[in-house]
Amino acid sequence: MTFAGQTQTKSAEDPKTGIGAYLSAHLREYGLLFALIAIMAFFQIVTSGTLLRPINLTNLLLQNSYIIIMALGMLIVIVAGHIDLSVGSVMGFVGALAAVMIVRWDQSLALTAVVCIGTGALIGAAQGYWIAYWSIPSFIVTLAGMLVFRGLSLWLLGGESVGPFPREFQSIASGFVPDVLPGGAAMAELFGLRNFNMLSFAIGLCAAGLVVWSGLGKRAQNRKYGIEDEPQAFFVARIGIVALALVFVFFKLSTFRGLPNVMITMGILTVIYAFVTEQTVLGRRVYALGGNRKAAKLSGIKTERLTFLAFVNMGALAAIAGLVFAARLNSATPKAGFALELDVIAAVFIGGASMSGGVGKIVGAVVGAFLMGVLNNGMGIMGVGIDYQQMIKGLVLLAAVIFDVYNKQKG
Amino acid sequence: MQTPLLEMRSITKTFPGVKALDDVTLTVREGEIHAICGENGAGKSTLMKVLSGVYPVGQYDGEVHYAGHLAAFHDIAESEAEGVIIIHQELALVPLLSIAENLFLGNEVQKNGVVNWPETYRRTESLLQKVGLKDAPTTLVDKLGVGKQQLVEIAKALAKDVRLLILDEPTAALSEADSQALLDLMLELKAQGVTQIIISHKLNEVRRVADTVTVIRDGQTVSSFGVSDGITEDRIVRDMVGRSMENRYPPRERRTGEMLMEIEDWTVHHPEQADRRVIHGVDLNVRAGEVIGIAGLMGAGRTELAMSVFGGSWGQGISGQVRMRGKTADTSTVGRAIAAGLAYVTEDRKSLGLVLDEEIRRNVTLTNLPKVANGPVLNHNEETRVADGYRGSLNIRTPSVFQKVVNLSGGNQQKVVLAKWLFAEPEVLILDEPTRGIDVGAKFEIYGLINDLAAAGKGVVMISSELPELLGMCDRIYVMNEGAFVGELGAAEASQERIMSLIVTE
Repeated sequence: MTFAGQTQTKSAEDPKTGIGAYLSAHLREYGLLFALIAIMAFFQIVTSGTLLRPINLTNLLLQNSYIIIMALGMLIVIVAGHIDLSVGSVMGFVGALAAVMIVRWDQSLALTAVVCIGTGALIGAAQGYWIAYWSIPSFIVTLAGMLVFRGLSLWLLGGESVGPFPREFQSIASGFVPDVLPGGAAMAELFGLRNFNMLSFAIGLCAAGLVVWSGLGKRAQNRKYGIEDEPQAFFVARIGIVALALVFVFFKLSTFRGLPNVMITMGILTVIYAFVTEQTVLGRRVYALGGNRKAAKLSGIKTERLTFLAFVNMGALAAIAGLVFAARLNSATPKAGFALELDVIAAVFIGGASMSGGVGKIVGAVVGAFLMGVLNNGMGIMGVGIDYQQMIKGLVLLAAVIFDVYNKQKG
Repeated sequence: MQTPLLEMRSITKTFPGVKALDDVTLTVREGEIHAICGENGAGKSTLMKVLSGVYPVGQYDGEVHYAGHLAAFHDIAESEAEGVIIIHQELALVPLLSIAENLFLGNEVQKNGVVNWPETYRRTESLLQKVGLKDAPTTLVDKLGVGKQQLVEIAKALAKDVRLLILDEPTAALSEADSQALLDLMLELKAQGVTQIIISHKLNEVRRVADTVTVIRDGQTVSSFGVSDGITEDRIVRDMVGRSMENRYPPRERRTGEMLMEIEDWTVHHPEQADRRVIHGVDLNVRAGEVIGIAGLMGAGRTELAMSVFGGSWGQGISGQVRMRGKTADTSTVGRAIAAGLAYVTEDRKSLGLVLDEEIRRNVTLTNLPKVANGPVLNHNEETRVADGYRGSLNIRTPSVFQKVVNLSGGNQQKVVLAKWLFAEPEVLILDEPTRGIDVGAKFEIYGLINDLAAAGKGVVMISSELPELLGMCDRIYVMNEGAFVGELGAAEASQERIMSLIVTE
């Protein structure tokens, strides 16, 4: 996972060389990374260190897990040239379904999970069908879906909250992976802490190692084709910052309760989706579809089916997010997921996706979601009113997109 | 001798790192038609942008003298106010507005913001008469063909009291007949005293209408001469490419093999009007090593025929048979058509052929991604290797295959589209206007490539609106008119006159 994407060679006649030119050509990728760091540093200072406390960091991850899970699907939908406004409602509906199945009907967790995710996929299929095979604009179909599923959750819950859930279900969101590695006690003693989760720390080290390893691999490959233009210092700084940040975050988590279960879910999904979008035939076809639907179709790509699948996938991910959300709240409420689709869409656009399709990366969407999450969390700690919070988030989204457009015009 | 209407003196325009124009001089006399010829990227369009104020005064060196004074246009509005009007290759009409609304767009007949419709329609009618268009002023531009749209553009220029009309490749998208009509109109406007500049690749047209020709190459004026001085097309071509081009169509050893594709009784209906038959029982065949042509006017149904065969990409209610090597083939979806060994290289490379914002290599492999993948996982190295191979063999001029396609010139973009279809490993390639809008040098390369394909035993079906090109390249030519084949001519018996007479007499 790297922030700077595929390096793009500048045209041969461009006389500008060196660091300045490189930076201006890749401002967007570094910009996102540095914006995240700057915002975190800012809140760390103004909240006098509360932001990066282990407990708050854990909270931050839990609070944003469902947004990130949905952002993965939304990125694909947006890259394919569409939009899904219904995800907040679908998430709420699936949460309600889970609550009714477990609390009222006393069904097993496994069955509930399977039915819920299946329902999500089915909802995605129902919407994707009209979008893909009838060419009805996704904006309209999913706007309708947003109302329909909001209404359905109200109906299903009979207008009241349903809960609480059994302990095992709650652990989807609020549980922690038990420490299976030895040495935690020794580390705790070494750092003078009450406890230390060795597994969490080890996974952090592995993740950081993976970032360095894949970064080096990509750089070596680009070198081979003579297209590497990232200055050495930038590469070292970029990879170093990402690796250190990972180690830092996981270290902090280790000193609290370790790795939240949901982080495992989120991490695995992110890696899978990053791989699928960048390394597989399927992913490539989605980008081609979003970049030029007609050309893709005339190249033998089944554009309708791909569009359909993008929405099925979105529905399934919204369902997973719904389970996580319900587990975290420990109840299903008729208002769950209200207006959440906007946070998800904002995250994807802040992450660099283009409204016209064909452009955007999974990692960008995840970082975009984190950026929004840190803003929410930081302003919450500071006690900034919900009124100002909304305004600031809106302006951040606008600024990110203006920055994109400006960059594109300049380039 | 009177002072010229336009004098551009020592124009130099640099972009970061490139000198697009280097000391270019252009003199246009009042009342003449002046042709500017040059390969793509020679600087013709840049020169016109300097003239019309797209690049405002101060952003270039040199002087523009227009109508006896030093012109300092800051934007298009200023140059238009003085009667300098450009009609771009990509037409700038609003499709869902009527002809009248388009003609007076931004220039409405109005009082205090309220449009005077009766006066608008009256003026529209007289303007349409001038350009020879018989459609009603209320007709939506959407409903007009490209040829008529071009005429609407000219009428729009006339509505603005044009004094110097600049036409950038006006016939690039037009059929032979529409082109002739347009050229006639240009001569008529000249008789009315409108000075015109025409940018064109088509030398026969230049010879027909132009009084003076200026050739630009690599941002410099190469030559400028009067057409009456007995200038030959070869001379112009030589100046354009900087070398002699004895043979515009490279020779090919004609050797045809077994039957590759046969289409029988192909009938197609209009995609929106199910009862309207557009293609009427067409029969076509192509052998290995054979290059066949389909000639016809714009709207004859050539593209529709090709696209309907290629995966039913156009039309509905399609019937007929396609046989590949004698066996019935299923070409009902694009995927199946590709699997059957068919490739269709579109006439509209920007909107149907390429993903412009993607890298060259990603465009090339799109038709056959599994070939550069291990199962579902892409092999990026292999992909780069494949694309780089085509960059070499097709001579795609670019620093690397990681370049975005949008940054390439028309000729190189066309080569990327061809590479993409070669990668699909077809047996029969249908090339729809393969040389439209590309320069002489790139055309020659594409002709060479077509010959190579034929020599390798592929069948090539070439659709073109340029008759000389078909005559120069094809073994056989089918003549199409109004959705049906009206004749088939062997290379020996075909001529422009015979083809046109087949179309006209039908």
